[in-house]
Amino acid sequence: MSARHPDTALFVTCLVDLYRPQVGFASLQLLERAGMTAEAPPAQTCCGQPAFNGGDRAGAQAIAKQVIASFAEYAQVVVPSGSCAGMMRRHYPELLAHDPAWAARARDFAAKVVELSECLVQAGINLHMAWPGKVCFHHSCAVLREMEVQGQPLKLLAQVRGLEVTEPVDREACCGFGGVFSVKYPDIAIRLADDKLDDVKASGAELLVAGDLGCLLHLAGRASRRGDPLRVFHLAEVLADQLDQPGIGEGA
Amino acid sequence: MGKGSPRDFKRQAGVALKDPALRIALGRARSGFVEKRTQARRQLPEFDRLCAAATRVRDHSIDHLDTLLVRFEQEVLAAGGQVHWAATAAEARQIISGICSDAGARVVAKGKSMVGEEIALNPALEADGLTVVETDLGEYIVQLAKERPSHIIAPAVHKTREQVAALFARRHEGPRRDLSGIPELVDEARRVLRRAFLSADVGITGANLLIADTGTSVLVTNEGNGDLCATLPDTHVVIAGIDKVVANATDAATVLRVLARSATGQPITAYTSFFSGPKRAEDLDGPKHFHVVLLDNGRADIRQGRYRDMLRCIRCGACLNHCPVYTAVGGHAYGAVYPGPMGAVLTPLQWGLRESRDLPNACTLNGRCADVCPVHIPLPALLRQLREDIHDAKVEGRMQRWLLGRWVRLALQPDRYRRVTAQVAGLLRRLAGARGRVSRLLPIPGWGRGRDMPAPAGKTFFQQYRTPSKSSGDRS
Repeated sequence: MSARHPDTALFVTCLVDLYRPQVGFASLQLLERAGMTAEAPPAQTCCGQPAFNGGDRAGAQAIAKQVIASFAEYAQVVVPSGSCAGMMRRHYPELLAHDPAWAARARDFAAKVVELSECLVQAGINLHMAWPGKVCFHHSCAVLREMEVQGQPLKLLAQVRGLEVTEPVDREACCGFGGVFSVKYPDIAIRLADDKLDDVKASGAELLVAGDLGCLLHLAGRASRRGDPLRVFHLAEVLADQLDQPGIGEGA
Repeated sequence: MGKGSPRDFKRQAGVALKDPALRIALGRARSGFVEKRTQARRQLPEFDRLCAAATRVRDHSIDHLDTLLVRFEQEVLAAGGQVHWAATAAEARQIISGICSDAGARVVAKGKSMVGEEIALNPALEADGLTVVETDLGEYIVQLAKERPSHIIAPAVHKTREQVAALFARRHEGPRRDLSGIPELVDEARRVLRRAFLSADVGITGANLLIADTGTSVLVTNEGNGDLCATLPDTHVVIAGIDKVVANATDAATVLRVLARSATGQPITAYTSFFSGPKRAEDLDGPKHFHVVLLDNGRADIRQGRYRDMLRCIRCGACLNHCPVYTAVGGHAYGAVYPGPMGAVLTPLQWGLRESRDLPNACTLNGRCADVCPVHIPLPALLRQLREDIHDAKVEGRMQRWLLGRWVRLALQPDRYRRVTAQVAGLLRRLAGARGRVSRLLPIPGWGRGRDMPAPAGKTFFQQYRTPSKSSGDRS
């Protein structure tokens, strides 16, 4: 490995840190393979979305400042989650727009934030892997609308030899996660998960993949309760060829 | 159903989710509206540019609301009509009640009007002893069922055809007859409504737009019922929010071009009517008396504050049709006049934060509503602002407030955060055992009801991770 300073930082996200560390390691591996020197700065915690979406603007601002400060020295910040990336790229500058000490820093920081699939396509990664099977890719709303990342995940999946890639018929429909929403309004969240899972089932795919762990925990949790024989993975795990490992919610 | 309160959103949503007929009705409506809008947009390459133009038109209207409204009033007066200003719903009810009483009215024919719903007009007129007949088919169905509209442009969207047939069979007089198809239902409603049109003394309609420089009220319908309400009775009353005004006919046309496309996917509605005053000597038909009631009911206050963008709303309903929550629970669950994303913004502003605190929160912030809004209202941002207002006013749930506060404090202390998350990951792992998931005993009770919680790997990312640059010694 090169001894030069890593110029790329991974924002692991709180859900990956807690629930699915392998997504973080897969992301680092993919970044290295795409020619970047990447590391995960240890001062990171949460991007502030729960506070921002929960109405605690001051809390969200404090967290935003902490994130901006702890990633100051990196040239780019890669995030394996559309919603956290959207928070950092779109909402940090809004949140700090009226703070003279931070407005410019927030804008500069936002310009460095990139979602994982976006970053890998930009870097022109070559995957050299094969996996025979059929995958349904769920476009999380934040990836689709906040980050405006549309085709990148599909481009990457298309590199996997033998893999058939489909999308839900209603590809823009929300899966019902929505952060705290999924806990505050579980009945509605579950109905939306059911609609999404029915759509995935109709596609005939045996794998469900997305770029946001929040959506995936919610959908995998519901699929497992329904008894759907669906295997669920984060995009980074698929691209890092880790499909032989247990999927989200599967036993060890 | 349909008489609930925003306060009971959760319970009402729970009831709605268990209603199989509602699910069928909403499923049909959702796919219909969404597909038709998508097609309409595809067929008009300049649609997105038109939306930008409509946004500018509406912004101009809101910026110059006072002068445009004064001009509108002058033109209506010049044409021989009357304009009434209502600051509140109660004032609007009194004004209309007075007009009906002056006209010696017994029967009122009403075209669909959400502002009429907003001021709860029908119960007030009925209390005066008047017979009020809704003439829009959907609104008529809702009236017959003693419900409220569940959608701002399709009031009876929550009902299946079979339910409407059963309702007509029960409430209309007549022998057993075939009501199995939509044409039969429409024919039957038409027969009943025709009698109402002919006997009505006053016709009340809403307005989709008010054109300032001609004093014209514009109404779009697909059934033509608005025209009958406006022309057959001796008195025509238009009721509209003050936000509906635009400067001139060109601006109105810009809005109309995106309105029907966004609402029903039609290039234009079957009827677009322009009412500019009472019948003139040379006119073939028209009312003897023409009134416009302009309702504020909080709009002027909204205009002054940080929810001003909401006043651009042209009531097309696209945000409802594309909202996952609305299409899952239907409009009645909101317990308010205006449901869906636009209603979740308007209701707290009109009814108060405490009463409607669930509405801005019952949203996944997926953003599709803002994508399809023809006048670019940043609905998710406004809903988030309302959450901030709820937080600042301390009217959210105490548990939620406490948990959020703890989370923020923890997130601001990375070292402590590392220790706590490591403990939680280990705990969840032990609860899951070899199953890979936790189904109960969760610290977050809302999750476990219908979902398992996938178990963490056991050790957090940062318990396992060693910074490469740290080990090579070139960074501290």
